[in-house]
Amino acid sequence: MYDFDYHKPTTVADAVALLAADPDAKAVSGGHTLIPALKHRLNKPTSLVDLSGIAEMRGIRREGNALIIGAFTRHAEVASSEVVQAAIPVLSFMAAHIGDNQVRNRGTIGGSVSNNDPAADYPAAVLGLGAIVHTSSRKIPADEFFLGMFTTALEPDELLVAIEFPIPEKAGYAKMKNPASRYVMAGALVSKGPAGVRVAINGAASCVFRQAEMEAALAANWSPEAVAGIQQPADDLNSDIHGSAEYRAHLVTVMAKRAVVNAG
Amino acid sequence: MDTGAESLIPFTGIGASVRRKEDLRFLSGRGHYTDDISRPGQTHVWFLRSPHAHARIVSVDTAAAARMPGVVAIFTGADTAADKIGGVPCGWLIHNKDGTPMREPPHPVLAHGKARFVGDAVAMVIAETRQQARDAAEAVAVEYEVLPGLASMAQALAPDAPAIHEEAPGNICYDWHIGDEAATDAAFARAKHVVTLELVNNRLIPNAMEPRSAIGDYDPTTGDHTLYTTSQNPHVIRLLMGAFVLNIPEHKLRVVAPDVGGGFGSKIFHYIEEAAVTWAAAKIARPVKWTADRTESFMTDAHGRDHVSVAKLALDEHGTFLGLRVSTQANMGAYLSTFSTSVPTYLYATLLAGVYTTPAIYAEVKAVFTNTVPVDAYRGAGRPEATFLLERLVDVVARDTGLDRLEIRRRNFIKPDQFPYQTPVALQYDSGDYFSTLEMGLKAADWAGFEARRAAAAAQGKLRGIGISTYLEACGIAPSAVVGALGARAGLYEVGTIRVHPTGSVTVLTGTHSHGQGHETTLAQLVCEQLGVPFDKVEIVHGDTAKIPFGMGTYGSRSLAVGGSAMVKAMDKIIAKAKRIAAHLMEASVEDIEFEKGVFRVAGTDKTKAFAEISLTAYVPHNYPIEELEPGLEETAFYDPKNFTYPGGCHIAEVEIEPETGHVRMVNFTAVDDVGRVINPMIVEGQVQGGVAQGIGQALLETCVYDGDGQLLSGSMMDYTLPRADDLAPVSVATHTTLCTHNPLGVKGCGEVGAIGSPPAVINAVVDALRDYDVRHVDMPATPAKIWSIIHGNARRVAAE
Ligand SMILES: Cc1cc2nc3c(=O)[nH]c(=O)nc-3n(C[C@H](O)[C@H](O)[C@H](O)COP(=O)(O)OP(=O)(O)OC[C@H]3O[C@@H](n4cnc5c(N)ncnc54)[C@H](O)[C@@H]3O)c2cc1C
Repeated sequence: MYDFDYHKPTTVADAVALLAADPDAKAVSGGHTLIPALKHRLNKPTSLVDLSGIAEMRGIRREGNALIIGAFTRHAEVASSEVVQAAIPVLSFMAAHIGDNQVRNRGTIGGSVSNNDPAADYPAAVLGLGAIVHTSSRKIPADEFFLGMFTTALEPDELLVAIEFPIPEKAGYAKMKNPASRYVMAGALVSKGPAGVRVAINGAASCVFRQAEMEAALAANWSPEAVAGIQQPADDLNSDIHGSAEYRAHLVTVMAKRAVVNAG
Repeated sequence: MDTGAESLIPFTGIGASVRRKEDLRFLSGRGHYTDDISRPGQTHVWFLRSPHAHARIVSVDTAAAARMPGVVAIFTGADTAADKIGGVPCGWLIHNKDGTPMREPPHPVLAHGKARFVGDAVAMVIAETRQQARDAAEAVAVEYEVLPGLASMAQALAPDAPAIHEEAPGNICYDWHIGDEAATDAAFARAKHVVTLELVNNRLIPNAMEPRSAIGDYDPTTGDHTLYTTSQNPHVIRLLMGAFVLNIPEHKLRVVAPDVGGGFGSKIFHYIEEAAVTWAAAKIARPVKWTADRTESFMTDAHGRDHVSVAKLALDEHGTFLGLRVSTQANMGAYLSTFSTSVPTYLYATLLAGVYTTPAIYAEVKAVFTNTVPVDAYRGAGRPEATFLLERLVDVVARDTGLDRLEIRRRNFIKPDQFPYQTPVALQYDSGDYFSTLEMGLKAADWAGFEARRAAAAAQGKLRGIGISTYLEACGIAPSAVVGALGARAGLYEVGTIRVHPTGSVTVLTGTHSHGQGHETTLAQLVCEQLGVPFDKVEIVHGDTAKIPFGMGTYGSRSLAVGGSAMVKAMDKIIAKAKRIAAHLMEASVEDIEFEKGVFRVAGTDKTKAFAEISLTAYVPHNYPIEELEPGLEETAFYDPKNFTYPGGCHIAEVEIEPETGHVRMVNFTAVDDVGRVINPMIVEGQVQGGVAQGIGQALLETCVYDGDGQLLSGSMMDYTLPRADDLAPVSVATHTTLCTHNPLGVKGCGEVGAIGSPPAVINAVVDALRDYDVRHVDMPATPAKIWSIIHGNARRVAAE
């Protein structure tokens, strides 16, 4: 790690002001992505703006037909929240399967979604449920939020404050884990609800994406068989020492099928 | 003396599952490891390492770095060369087929002229804090001329490949052989079947929980050097570093290996960092500390395995093995690590008879330099490679000839009445009973009921398979004279001192070293058994050259077979002397003194003396045979084994494959091992389970991957798949004992059997599960992607036909 200054603001406005004042400042939420990167000296921020003291970024609440989850909500809180379990059980299920206990007790939904790791879990929920990302300055629909590998629509001095999930009729998630990191090698979140029928695929490509062919098939016939025959083209998928693009393409179909089963 | 209370004391001798006494310390965070040590005035070093696999070092400019805050000193290869610091030596000389010695290029402490793998240390930056040292290391400007990196043996052996070392043209370290080639050719000439199998033994990265660490300390007033290090054998480090690298005589060099958090072989070797901190501490007259971070561990701890082999087995019409021919390429990495050269030769090819009566064997091994981390012994060292080759080959033979895989094994087993059994590859097995371990294994694993389980799995869409490995290995490498003739540059005996204190408590000084094995418990049990001293009155001391007279350390499952035997010898001397004291006290003849359970008795009488009475007399010799005996009760013994020991047994794995994803789930694992006499069954069970976990890791999960330029792709826990609890199956462990005939305890060794026997059992199970897919062999690890592509590829082929 390199030396840096440390700030702990208590309001979103103060945090944004700190980030705006210093282009090399970085927000730190649960720190479970950022701190390892700092330890490896892959990142050299001048200062860290710790989000843990900001009350506006916390909490889980239901508002009408939507669930609003504050950015600084730990994975373990989402996993165990009765409100989430009642409204969108797939979110609790997903959160309960991120990393291990230590990761779940520190990592936050805001950090995960802002980071947009291609192999992360939450981006699939945001895209697959058609959520709306509330930031310090605007509301961004999921379809416009994830731009590419580790890239989102957030400006450098813009903070993710909360995520608004419309409550679906049905939703399911399935993933194949990378054997080493246990991040997602290929996953699918399928849902049917106010945001339509959606299929979000994570892990397989450089960024979470929607699988239009599967969405159409499920819209016509909501069943595992509907997606079983649909082959994801391997062209733009990831390939690494744990699996080829072809393997991932195959897994996309398998996981989509399982996600539909899990959705019930 | 009243011994009526004895029955109330729990039995702690040989055969008792005494709880590990070291665990309280370890589990409560009170272990004392090298990194826990801080010396007054200590500095910290950061090694600047080559980012290139192969590069000429054109220049190293340290001027800017030297001006950074906190920097104390910076040394480069030019400085070590100027001080005439030797290279770290290789401990075993192998000769080529033509009798010429192997190529043995130097392994400089700091790279000089050239860097030969990613991680090769180019400079050491010493500062007041680790952070400052690392900051300054980033300011060292190294100009490299990048050369083609030779990441694989195929690349290194290509006709136009550049030489990694000038001294080793063609990148060959040696081209060695063993066995009778003519007899083997003759066997092949009259064979009914010849079965050929090409296979790879995947390269592994050890990953001890505790990263390596070393502290050099120097007292300018006395000239005493001390090295604290994460080592499995401090005396060996003292010898190698003192005599060959730094030219420090033993009496001025102390090496301490305190609690060590796992080694698995990777902490046997003398590493450059140890020499660097010891040398630098004297140069700056301040202690110098280094602790690897996990990234450094991945790229500098010696890796394991990495063989490419072709094996051919000749059989007659009854399935009897007539001859075996093996040709192996073994990756040495960029430099020769301490025992690297012996692993693919005397620890591998000598094991190729396995448990079978194959009369003619010929093996040739080519050792190859590559631009990768040095490769050396890793849990099993050579024997897992031999076992995987042989036990896979036997299954392939069964498949190709249509013989049952159990039947073919039974037909070729060495029979119990054939011991001692002389193999055609130098070893002579003293004991074993492969039929019994096989039968016990089959029963414990319910082999007979497997087809029903397979059908049940099939009904769930799963492919279930069962696999077996009937293996043998060699532990306690020995005897010194023989290994010396084979090129070993050290003796392979062990040393034990038994220090009986005046009140009858005992301190044992052992030259072996415990880094997870539980010696503090097991070795104490030997004392309870032989001297009748209560368990809590025995202390085992190891790991410090200033305390222990001498020793060769712990590797190759030798601690009990060799170190325990040395203790037995020393205790024999204690008893002999104590009997003379007892005879004097009881006014009897020494021949009439019997010793049992801590009591000396005049035979046939009720005259007794307790052990503690004798020890007190030895140190307070008021009434003592002072004319004929020295006072005191302390004895040291050196034990040089007469032969290796030969543990063996039967491992059975059961797996279930999910065809949709290719994921292989371990559902059951059964190990029945003959480890000789069992001292502590609980520790044996734990050792076997740990070894099996590593074997399953090798078979299903782990593999070291370099890209074509020699960059390590599997260089972190995010990329290298270490087994986790849910990757494993319940591992049931049982033992079947035949005693080792040539050591006083009858023990054979249990530290490595798990890692040696299990990988072929797992792969045999995977291949069995893929029965319907026309699969003959699967190289390790059987990852989901690999299995899926086999299922997918073969299914497609079937569809196309
Ligand atoms: C061992 C391990 C295993 C893991 N396994 C998984 C897994 O299986 N699946 C998975 O999805 N994840 C996994 N993770 C990642 C984990 O979920 C992280 O916690 C998460 O990705 C990042 O969240 P964080 O709160 O820790 O963010 P931080 O590390 O604090 O921040 C991550 C990045 O987001 C930025 N950021 C944080 N909060 C905000 C905000 N509110 N607005 C704008 N920018 C912000 C930061 O500046 C930083 O660049 C694992 C992590 C570890 C260490």
